[in-house]
Amino acid sequence: MAKTHVKMKMNGAEVEGLVEPRMLLVHFIREDLQLTGTHIGCETTHCGACTVDLDGMSVKSCTMFAVQADGADIATIEGVANPDGTLSALQEGFRMMHGLQCGFCTPGMIIRAQRLLRENPSPSEEEIRFGISGNLCRCTGYQNIVRAIQYAAAKVNGAEFKEAAE
Amino acid sequence: MNDMTPTREQREARLEGMGCKRKRVEDVRFTQGKGNYVDDLKLPGMLHGDFVRSPHAHARVKSINKEKALKVPGVLAVLTVEDLKGVDLAWMPTLAGDVQMVLADGKVLFQNQEVAFVVATDRYAADDGVAMVEVEYESLPVVIDPFKAMDADAPVLREDIKDKKEGAHGPRKHHNHIFEWVVGDKDLTDAAFRKAEVTVKEMISYHRTHPAPLETCQCVCSFDKIKGELTMWGTFQAPHVIRTVVALIAKIPEHKIHVISPDIGGGFGNKVGAYPGYICAAVASIVTGKPVKWVEDRMENLTTTSFARDYHMTTEIAATKDGKVTGLRVHVLADHGAFDACADPSKWPAGFFNIVTGSYDFPTAYLAVDGVYTNKAPGGVAYRCSFRVTEAAYCIERGMDILAQKLGMDPAELRLRNFIRPEQFPYHSALGWEYDSGDYHTAMRKAMESVKYAELRNEQAAKREAFRRGETREIMGVGVSFFTEIVGAGPSKNCDILGIAMFDSCEIRLHPTGAGIARVGTKSTGQGHETTWAQIIATEIGIPADDIMVEEGNTDTAPYGLGTYGSRSTPVAGAAIATAARKIKAKAQMIAAYLLEVHEDDLEWDIDGFRVKGLPEKFKSMKDLCWAAYHSVPPGMEPGLEAVSYYDPPNMTYPFGAYICVMDIDVDTGVYKVRRFYALDDCGTRINPMIIEGQVHGGLTEAFAIAMGQEIRYDETGNVVTGSFMDFFMPTAVETPHWETDFTVTPSPHHPIGAKGVGESPNVGGVPAFSNAVNDAFAFLGSTHIQMPHDYWRNWTAAKGLGVVG
Repeated sequence: MAKTHVKMKMNGAEVEGLVEPRMLLVHFIREDLQLTGTHIGCETTHCGACTVDLDGMSVKSCTMFAVQADGADIATIEGVANPDGTLSALQEGFRMMHGLQCGFCTPGMIIRAQRLLRENPSPSEEEIRFGISGNLCRCTGYQNIVRAIQYAAAKVNGAEFKEAAE
Repeated sequence: MNDMTPTREQREARLEGMGCKRKRVEDVRFTQGKGNYVDDLKLPGMLHGDFVRSPHAHARVKSINKEKALKVPGVLAVLTVEDLKGVDLAWMPTLAGDVQMVLADGKVLFQNQEVAFVVATDRYAADDGVAMVEVEYESLPVVIDPFKAMDADAPVLREDIKDKKEGAHGPRKHHNHIFEWVVGDKDLTDAAFRKAEVTVKEMISYHRTHPAPLETCQCVCSFDKIKGELTMWGTFQAPHVIRTVVALIAKIPEHKIHVISPDIGGGFGNKVGAYPGYICAAVASIVTGKPVKWVEDRMENLTTTSFARDYHMTTEIAATKDGKVTGLRVHVLADHGAFDACADPSKWPAGFFNIVTGSYDFPTAYLAVDGVYTNKAPGGVAYRCSFRVTEAAYCIERGMDILAQKLGMDPAELRLRNFIRPEQFPYHSALGWEYDSGDYHTAMRKAMESVKYAELRNEQAAKREAFRRGETREIMGVGVSFFTEIVGAGPSKNCDILGIAMFDSCEIRLHPTGAGIARVGTKSTGQGHETTWAQIIATEIGIPADDIMVEEGNTDTAPYGLGTYGSRSTPVAGAAIATAARKIKAKAQMIAAYLLEVHEDDLEWDIDGFRVKGLPEKFKSMKDLCWAAYHSVPPGMEPGLEAVSYYDPPNMTYPFGAYICVMDIDVDTGVYKVRRFYALDDCGTRINPMIIEGQVHGGLTEAFAIAMGQEIRYDETGNVVTGSFMDFFMPTAVETPHWETDFTVTPSPHHPIGAKGVGESPNVGGVPAFSNAVNDAFAFLGSTHIQMPHDYWRNWTAAKGLGVVG
C-alpha cells in the first residue's frame, strides 16, 4: 500500500515518518516512534489507555489515523516529567496517593489529568470524576486517582494536599 | 553513643518493613510510561499472528481455503488444524482434565472460536490475510441454555467424547455432561430438612461475566532453531506452569523453554490459563523461524479467552423458627462452555465451592455440582477470587437474606445468631474445611456501629411507609454481606495443578555491601509485589526494603512457583519469603556469634542486627554480617548469604469481612444510587495498609460492575451480545461509588507472618452486598429474589413485575 509522509511535533521534537494512510496514530507512536508508554486497551475509543495530548486536546490515538495528525503538536507520557528528569506533580501525586496498580491505564490517565488541570486548575471531586470518565481503570476504583489529581492540583497551586493515602 | 546514633524508631522507619505504607517502587517506571508490557516488545524480524474466527456458535467446518490469503502482500503463512496435526498440537489439554481444540478440528463449538492463524509481516497485513481466508460452514443446532444441555434430544456438542462414560472427575450422565461433584452428608442433611421448622428454597444465578483486564492476553514467541530453544514472553500469571505445559505438549525439553512474564496490565484470573494464541504463536515461530507476536483485541478477549461464573445455584436452607440454621442443601448447574477449561486445582472440578456454608455454623450440609457443555466460550476462571469462592459467597449470602426475610428477622441479626464463634476456631465445616481463625461477631458489630445500622433501618422503615403513602417513588435498600474466603492454594495434600503441588518459592541472595535480590515464584499483575515482598524481608532480616530488589516472572532465574491467582501470593509465597529470610537470619546469627565471640544463644535480634544479651554495645548489624559472609565466616562454614525456600502451606487461610451497602432506587426509571459502601476486611497481619486499601477499592469496583451490570450475554443462536466495552459494563469514575474501608486483625495462626491475603476479598464480599441491597430495597414489595445483574432496566423490570410501575 502506498505510503504517505507525515511530520509532527512529538514531546517538543520534530518527528516524521512514512505511513500507510490506514495506520492508526497509536501504532505510529508505539511502533514507528518506539514510544511505548501509550497503551492500547480496547481499540474502540472506550478505555482511554491510548490518550495523548494533541493540539491542546485529549485525544484517543486508537481512533485517529497517523495521517490526520500530520502537522500536529502531540505530547505523550514520555514528555510529562519535569525538564530535569524529576517526576511532575501529577506523576508524583499518582505515586504518593497510590493512584495506580498495574500501571496500564496510568499513562493515558496522567495525560488526560494534565489537560484537565490546565483547563481547570482547581477542580472539585465531581469535576475530576467527570473529567477522567473517558479513561477506564480496572485496578484502583478511581478513588486514589481522584486524590492523586487533587494532590497535583494542590501542589501546582502552591498548597499542600493534606490527605495522605491510607 | 553520640547524637548521630539513630533511635530505635529511626532504625525501624528506615527499614520500611511490614505495616508501613511504603510507596511503590513500581510506580517510578509506570508513571513515566516506562513499564515493559508484552506488546511493547519489538524483536528484529518479528511477525504478527491473527486469528480467523468462527461467526457461528456451532457448525461443521466443511472447508478452509487459504489460497487468497497467502497472496495478500505480507502474509507468510496460514495455519489450520491440519498443520497443527503435523506437530501433534491440534488439541491441547486443559487444566481441568479436558482437551480443547487449538484450531477448529472439523467443527466449531462457540462463536469466535479459533479457526485459522494468519502470520504476516505486520498486524495490518495479518488482518488483511484474515479477511481473505475462506471458510465454509454448515451450521448446527445450538445449546445455549445450560438447563437444556442435558435434555434427551439436546444436540451432541463434543463428538470427540460422545461415547465416553467416564470424564476426568467421574461418570458422565449425558453426552453434554462433564462431571458431577458431590460433597457432604446427604442423609443427615435430608433429615435436617424433614425436621426443620422453617425452610427456604431459591434458584440463585450468578451470571457469566469476564475479568477484562485493561491489557488483553498476548505473547511473543521466538524459537531458536540452532539451539532448539523456545522463548515466550507473555501475559502469564503463572509462568512456570506455562513452561511445564509447553514442555509436556510441545515435546520441547523444559530447560530449553524460557518463559518471561514482563509487566502485566492486570490479570484478575484471565491470564492463568493457556490459550490457542500462545500455542499458535509458538508453532508459527517454529514454522517461520522468526519471532511471532499475538495480541488479542478487546472483542476477542471478551468472547474467547476465559469467562467467569455462570453458576446456577438452587439453594435451600433449613432453620428453626427463631433463626438458627440447621442444614444447607445446594445444587449447582455449572455452565462450562464448549471445553472444560476451568483453571482450578486438578482435584477440584468446582473449585472450593464447598466453602458455601460461609461464616455460619451449619451442623450439616450437602452439595452437588453438575458441569455441562454449551456452545459458549470455555473458561470458568476465578475472576478476582479464589476458585468458585465468589459464587459460593453469593449463594450463601443471598440465601441468608432470603431466610431472614422469611423469618421476619433482620439479616444482620440472623448472621450474628449463626456465626461460627471465636472459640470454635480452628473450625471444621460441614463440607470439609478447617477454618484457621476468625472473630466474626466483632467484625460484624464494628461494621454495624460504623454505619449506624439501626438508624439506617429506621430510615428505611420510614421511607417504605412514605412510598406506600405515595409520597416518594424511591425505595431504599441496605445490603449486608459477611463473607469468609478460602485462599492460599494450597497444601500439597489437596491442591495440585497438572500434578504439581501448589507450593510457592523464594530465593534471597544478599550481596557483600548489604543489599540483595529476592526472586519469587509469583507474578504481580498490579498488586505491587516488588514493594511488599521487600517489606517482609526488611522486617525479617533488618535490611531496608529499598536495598532489596524483587524479581519475578523469569522462569530461568526465579525458583519454581505456581504463580499469582486465588489470593495465593501472600499466603504461600509470602510465607516462602519469610522462611527464606529466616534461613538467612539463622546463618547470619552464627556469623555474628563468631565475630562477637559468644555462643549463638547469647545473641538477641534487635531490629536490624544481633546484639549480645545484656551488652548493648556488642552489636553486629545485618549490613556488617553481609560483608562478613563474604569475608570472615567461621571455620568450616560456606561463604555467602543466600537461601531458598519452597513453602508448602499446612492449610489455606480464611480472610473474612463485613460489608454494608446503602442504595436508593427510583422505581420509575430503575436508576440506582449507591449512597454509601462500607467495607471491613480482616486479612490477618497487614503488610502494607496503603496497598491493602487500594486492593479493596479495586475489588469493590469490580464487584460493583458485576452486580450492577457486567455480563457476557448470548442470544438464542449463540451470538455474544456484550462483546465490546460499549455493551459490557465497565464503570467509569462517574458511576463508581465512594468506598469506605475499615479493618480488624485476626492473624492466621499457621502462617509465618500471620497474613491471609486480601486482593480478592472485596470481589467476593462486594457482589452479595450490592445484590442484597437491591433485593432488600424491593423486599417489602413482595419480592424474594431478583437475579443479577441489577442494571437500570432490570430494576425497572422488577418494579414493573411487582406492580408498582404502571
